[in-house]
Amino acid sequence: MSDRYSQIVNAFPGKLVAKQVGLPQPVELDRYEPGQPLVSGRVLIGAAPGGRLAAPITKLLADAGVSGATTDDKALRDAAATAGLDAGLFNLDNGGEQQFKALVFDATGIKDSTQLVELQRFFYATARKLERSGRVVVLGTPAFGADTPREATAQRALEGFTRSLGKEIGRGSTVNLVYVSPGAESELESTLGFFLSPKSAYVSGQVVKVGPGVTKTPKVDREQPLAGKTALVTGASRGIGRSIAETLHRDGAKLVLLDVPQLSEDLQQAAKELDADTIELDITDAKAPKAIADKLEGGVDVVVHNAGVTKDRTIAKMPEDRWSVLMEINLSSEERINDELLGRGLLNENGRIVCVSSMSGIAGNSGQTNYATSKAGVIGMVESLAPQLAEKGQTINAVAPGFIETQMTGAMPITIREAGRRMNSMSQGGKPVDVAETIAWFASPASTGVNGNTVRVCGQSLLGA
Amino acid sequence: MNSQTRRVAVVGGNRIPFARSNSAYSKASNQDMLTAALDGLIDRYDLDGERIGEVVGGAVLKHSRDRDLTRESVLGTRLAPETAAFDVQQACGTGLEATILTANKIALGQIDSAIACGVDTTSDAPIAVNEDLREVLLQANREKTTMGRVKQLTKVRPGHVVPEIPRNEEPRTGMSMGEHCAIMATEWGIGREEQDELTIRSHDNLAAAYDRGFMDDLVNPYLGLERDQNMRPGSTPEKLGKLKPVFGGPDGTMTAANSTPLSDGASAVLLASEDWAKERGLPILAYFSEGQTAAIDHVHKREGLLMAPAYAMPRMLDRAGLTLQDFELYEIHEAFAAQVLCTLKAWEDPVFCKERLGLDKPLGSIDREKLNVNGGSLAAGHPFAATGGRIVASLAKALNERGSGRGVISICAAAGQGVVAILESAGESK
Repeated sequence: MSDRYSQIVNAFPGKLVAKQVGLPQPVELDRYEPGQPLVSGRVLIGAAPGGRLAAPITKLLADAGVSGATTDDKALRDAAATAGLDAGLFNLDNGGEQQFKALVFDATGIKDSTQLVELQRFFYATARKLERSGRVVVLGTPAFGADTPREATAQRALEGFTRSLGKEIGRGSTVNLVYVSPGAESELESTLGFFLSPKSAYVSGQVVKVGPGVTKTPKVDREQPLAGKTALVTGASRGIGRSIAETLHRDGAKLVLLDVPQLSEDLQQAAKELDADTIELDITDAKAPKAIADKLEGGVDVVVHNAGVTKDRTIAKMPEDRWSVLMEINLSSEERINDELLGRGLLNENGRIVCVSSMSGIAGNSGQTNYATSKAGVIGMVESLAPQLAEKGQTINAVAPGFIETQMTGAMPITIREAGRRMNSMSQGGKPVDVAETIAWFASPASTGVNGNTVRVCGQSLLGA
Repeated sequence: MNSQTRRVAVVGGNRIPFARSNSAYSKASNQDMLTAALDGLIDRYDLDGERIGEVVGGAVLKHSRDRDLTRESVLGTRLAPETAAFDVQQACGTGLEATILTANKIALGQIDSAIACGVDTTSDAPIAVNEDLREVLLQANREKTTMGRVKQLTKVRPGHVVPEIPRNEEPRTGMSMGEHCAIMATEWGIGREEQDELTIRSHDNLAAAYDRGFMDDLVNPYLGLERDQNMRPGSTPEKLGKLKPVFGGPDGTMTAANSTPLSDGASAVLLASEDWAKERGLPILAYFSEGQTAAIDHVHKREGLLMAPAYAMPRMLDRAGLTLQDFELYEIHEAFAAQVLCTLKAWEDPVFCKERLGLDKPLGSIDREKLNVNGGSLAAGHPFAATGGRIVASLAKALNERGSGRGVISICAAAGQGVVAILESAGESK
């Protein structure tokens, strides 16, 4: 959808006026194109003394052929040398003219609130050295992994820092926090890679947990991580679902696309373009779970529950059928499909279930009691199933999209649409592909340590933050 | 064919005090200064009328008339006119390269004695005619008829009066040495304070060396100068901290104090076989034992322009079977304080040592108390080709004072090159 405001304020004279008046100035975000390097620029690595993630960080960058620099920290220099990362040095007191596309800070060494000043020291010297559409990733230890209450306190404090930095960094840059459980260091790669790359263009202010892998973490091809894998995508014929299908196809997955018979034409078109199988049915039908499972008799690696609807009304005007139809589509049918697939053992080893929640499910929204209930339920489903799936070597996670530019948002009244677009750290709406890329990260066979997370794709929206 | 090598003795050295550009030596030519330095050496070691095996030297900035500058200088001294000489040039590595190659000739038995020398003036600089004018003049010269010549000469334009002045810039990058070093300083995170500290130490150490008489048999007064003109002992971090950066933009860390100034001067070192020295009753201050040159790619691989000594050092140490810590004295040429600090940091850095030098572990750090103990180029000044001779002579004498141990020299040069060398003590002081 065209964002005319962005076009105006990014061209003369609109740019000048917007700057003078202090209007939001959305920048065009970098987005991933196949063949691109992991990071299109240099990465600067910093660490609080005593951090435990120098090795996985430097190894990821060395393997991806990314150039970078580290602060003058012995552990980082040693790790870079071991990893074969030809990193330059960065002096926090004398950074000079250097610019970076991404900043990574290993905060796992912070054991006490008095050491949080390490954040100030690093970012004081580097915040202005971040390029447009840049990336900041702070790495910490989850509360349960901390040895002392003081360490847990200081680590929890990181959230306030990253969420605030996300709001002030500007210029289309993102800031995210990844909590890495002790012992899960080697599972960091896919998550850090995602948050450093242009694939996370519209994901900011998020907190993600990386735990021990549910299985051994396989080595994947960065261009084709889903090669040889089968993925089911519901609601795949249009909008975000279509984009998810395209992205998983790009990543090498063999697709099974599902949608209602009314959208048959669109679905068949998508299937043709993406060389996919199709299932045409209504997922709320009592026979649907079995029909889907039968179609996936050979096993499935990735299940993306994307199908969903809105049926907005305030609760006082909401008839029961309006409530129930939505709840069936958005939540109950997903539970039944999961039960059938899991019950028949059709989700493969290192399989993935990825759900689509919503910002409304987190923040609530007037006129969306039904919708928000279903989407908050999705989060509950993710959290409750995660431990069960982990035991079987599988994961379940959810994305929660914010304002994503689709036909649906294009039909909104302009005031609501503009408010939705601007009230986030990127000052613009996201694209369906931003949701799809996040799902692809969850879906990657390398994301064995990512389980039970709900990650918002909202440009750090002010709503429900 | 000679299958054995011999030890090479450093007998001693002499130089004239180094002057700041366009100052005490502004009217002295390269030949004048080199002749003066050689004459001082001849006086000190009784070489009147002596036929030295070979004299090798050079200058970085040379006039077109300075063909065989070293030989012409020799002819102006009291050495035997039958003394052969030739010129070499490798930017700031010239003096040390001259020492290495004459030492090698002595080691091989091809000669028994040699003088390695160098000189440079930035005051009496070679200014050439405008390049366009030069073409016109050459074309006119090629014409065979008067009319043809006149016709060519009508092409002379007023703009042709602007001469070609030598510039302190790298031909392949268009950047000055200082700008290159500023990039290195940023890449290695070198701070302003540490550069200023090194600068203060350089001046104080050189002044102390003069005060205790260490320089008495290393320097001969010339044109009214008795000590190096640039030397300013007793400065403080506060004073140097006030200077504005001259390289690296407004946030740069390199100032006129922690960078060497353009300077004028000459130096010479007398090398010999042990027998030659003993026959004449001359001292042996030290032995010249190793030398190594390296170059880096500053054009395409964007390695720091002045980082070549960092590469040369491990190659030499490997051959000599030594570690960086096996030295009692370190002489690292202070082209810029930042260059010295970048080099030391690179040797300490596991990433640089593994990725760029291909080493299993870093070369490690050195005891800074052993670095440039009698001052460095920041204090003395840096007449490009004369620096190598200054350092060799001063290190040899310092080793002789100590009576034991080894010293190592590291000199960076333009065009991405670097020279390192090892001197060994000749034993108990005589």
